[in-house]
Amino acid sequence: MKVLACIKRVPDTGAKIVLTEDEQRIDTSGLGFTMSPHEECAIEEAVAQVETHGGSAHVLTLGPPEADEQLRTGLAMQADEATLLETDEEEWSPRATADALADGIDRLDDEGFDLLLFGNESADAANYQVAVRVASELGYPCVTGIKDLEVEDGTAIAKREISGGEEVYEVDLPAVVTVKEGLNEPRYASMRAKMQARRQEIESVEPRAETRAGGLEKVRLEAPETDDSPAEILGEGSEAVPEIVEILAEEVEVV
Amino acid sequence: MILALVEHDKGTPEELSLEALAMARELATAEGDSLEAVAFGDEADALGDELGEYGVEAVHCVAHHHLERYAPDAWAESVVQLASEREAKTITAPGTDRGREVLARVGTSLDAPMATNCLAVDIADDGAYELRRNRWGGSLIEHARLDGEHKLLTAAEHEFPIEPAASPTEPSVSTFEPDVDDDLFAVQVDRVETGDEEGIPLGEARVVVGGGRGVGSAEDYDQLEELAELLGGTVGASRAAVNEGWRPHDDQVGQTGAKISPDIYIACGISGAVQHMVGCKGADTLLAINTDSEAAIVQKADWAVIGDLHEVVPELNEVLRDAA
Ligand SMILES: Cc1cc2nc3c(=O)[nH]c(=O)nc-3n(C[C@H](O)[C@H](O)[C@H](O)COP(=O)(O)OP(=O)(O)OC[C@H]3O[C@@H](n4cnc5c(N)ncnc54)[C@H](O)[C@@H]3O)c2cc1C
Ligand SMILES: Cc1cc2nc3c(=O)[nH]c(=O)nc-3n(C[C@H](O)[C@H](O)[C@H](O)COP(=O)(O)OP(=O)(O)OC[C@H]3O[C@@H](n4cnc5c(N)ncnc54)[C@H](O)[C@@H]3O)c2cc1C
Repeated sequence: MKVLACIKRVPDTGAKIVLTEDEQRIDTSGLGFTMSPHEECAIEEAVAQVETHGGSAHVLTLGPPEADEQLRTGLAMQADEATLLETDEEEWSPRATADALADGIDRLDDEGFDLLLFGNESADAANYQVAVRVASELGYPCVTGIKDLEVEDGTAIAKREISGGEEVYEVDLPAVVTVKEGLNEPRYASMRAKMQARRQEIESVEPRAETRAGGLEKVRLEAPETDDSPAEILGEGSEAVPEIVEILAEEVEVV
Repeated sequence: MILALVEHDKGTPEELSLEALAMARELATAEGDSLEAVAFGDEADALGDELGEYGVEAVHCVAHHHLERYAPDAWAESVVQLASEREAKTITAPGTDRGREVLARVGTSLDAPMATNCLAVDIADDGAYELRRNRWGGSLIEHARLDGEHKLLTAAEHEFPIEPAASPTEPSVSTFEPDVDDDLFAVQVDRVETGDEEGIPLGEARVVVGGGRGVGSAEDYDQLEELAELLGGTVGASRAAVNEGWRPHDDQVGQTGAKISPDIYIACGISGAVQHMVGCKGADTLLAINTDSEAAIVQKADWAVIGDLHEVVPELNEVLRDAA
């Protein structure tokens, strides 16, 4: 079985998001980069499915040259191959991103992938649509928001949470599945695996996407106002307990 | 015409659908356009009365012999056909798993752009939409333009107030029979498995006691469990704690976890990363217990105790236990 995980490099923002002067992006000076927890689960699932069924696991991203860092995270988690659709710094709309990914997936492999895993939504832009658009372009079925996945005899059995339970889908492979954190527990890469991943080759491919008029265009970003009036300090250590009890009883009325 | 997808439970519209409908109505009013609804499933025809209060002029109930179980591609194709017949150029959906995935599929069929998580939508002079939408789970706002022959939108959660229309309508209720091929049922709910919910679900708890990396071990959550129990609440966790294997992912609060809205959130040993905070911004009040007075959560809290949770929480439990 050939399994693909699509991931996206995003800044690891910490406790406060600071924008650049032109309000076009997050000021990433001093920040590390990461990917969505959903996508870490996609990588883990790809590797685990291959461990069970044999085959190979690939990771793919559309992004700047530095996104090889996230691909190497995938390799260190025991993915077999990594491909970068290398872009400049321009903003890609969800439609253009999906076009480029679908085209890239087509070119990556003649036989095609059996299972294509995506995050349910990206960490930053959260447009909730790249996977659905890619699936449509490739003509594959797509299930979204999955937290439980099994593959048996060419069928994916996928479960999605609904209120009071789960709904179960059974789709024939090849299929596109978008996953949520909680699907599995992504492995920690060992030091040795990280070292090996650093030396592995990453294929870089030039992306192709149609340019279309209109669409969804970012104008600018805004960091919303947060209430930064400092907290009332009730005290240090357990000397604050009487005050806590008073608040719970009088203000919040839960005791 | 603006077409709004409405999810319902046997004729009672879901809250998030009414919120998306509120967004759609704002647009209809601004454009001087009419607002119609499309719904699937049993008893959709009962939606007429209630949706009239929200200014809907027609309710289209999709009927197809294969649609007794949810099938996203067939839903999307039905919406596309209805939109074409009714000449709808703007289609809205609730910000739910189904709403978003159906609308994304409509987007692929119509080759139309889609904006999710919308907070506000205005109409520019050239007819494009100028909108604000959530990024990073709501810790960042994007101002964007949405332009195209068709425009697709989903509403962010709890941003559009559900208010009756100034002038209620008496919607026509009709059945729409789409022409959908069998291959559009390749993805369809096969069965539903009911889970056994234990305790109070995080999203509904009045008190949530959250524990982060500062808790230190799985065993140390016992103290937080006891506090939650004494207050009739439930325990939540940060992603760091889940990653450590101390709590299951179901307990995670945040961008990729649960969104909570308790009367009070007691955050113990949690630093206050934006991805955590977007999960608890619905909390009425926030009490932080943290050893670090400089931690971001102390800035964001209403009250803070500077100290070791392993000292404060057991002491608090003892006082509450004695008082009970
Ligand atoms: C060079 C470049 C610069 C960009 N600059 C910015 C910027 O400044 N600010 C900003 O917010 N966005 C930026 N983007 C991101 C771009 O706007 C989004 O990736 C695009 O709109 C897709 O939407 P989404 O990420 O919300 O996808 P969603 O539909 O939410 O994503 C769902 C899933 O699709 C997959 N996916 C999404 N994007 C990619 C990708 N690029 N590669 C592989 N898999 C992917 C992931 O599995 C993800 O979990 C940039 C992208 C590129 C390539
Ligand atoms: C895309 C994305 C999505 C994410 N989604 C989520 C999400 O859904 N939920 C989530 O929580 N995180 C999420 N994260 C992770 C998030 O960025 C933080 O890494 C995480 O929330 C940190 O958890 P923490 O506060 O427990 O740990 P830390 O940041 O390590 O903080 C521990 C805190 O405990 C305090 N402390 C230590 N010892 C004690 C003690 N004895 N008594 C009292 N206080 C003590 C410390 O002072 C510190 O403030 C996401 C990240 C990304 C990139």
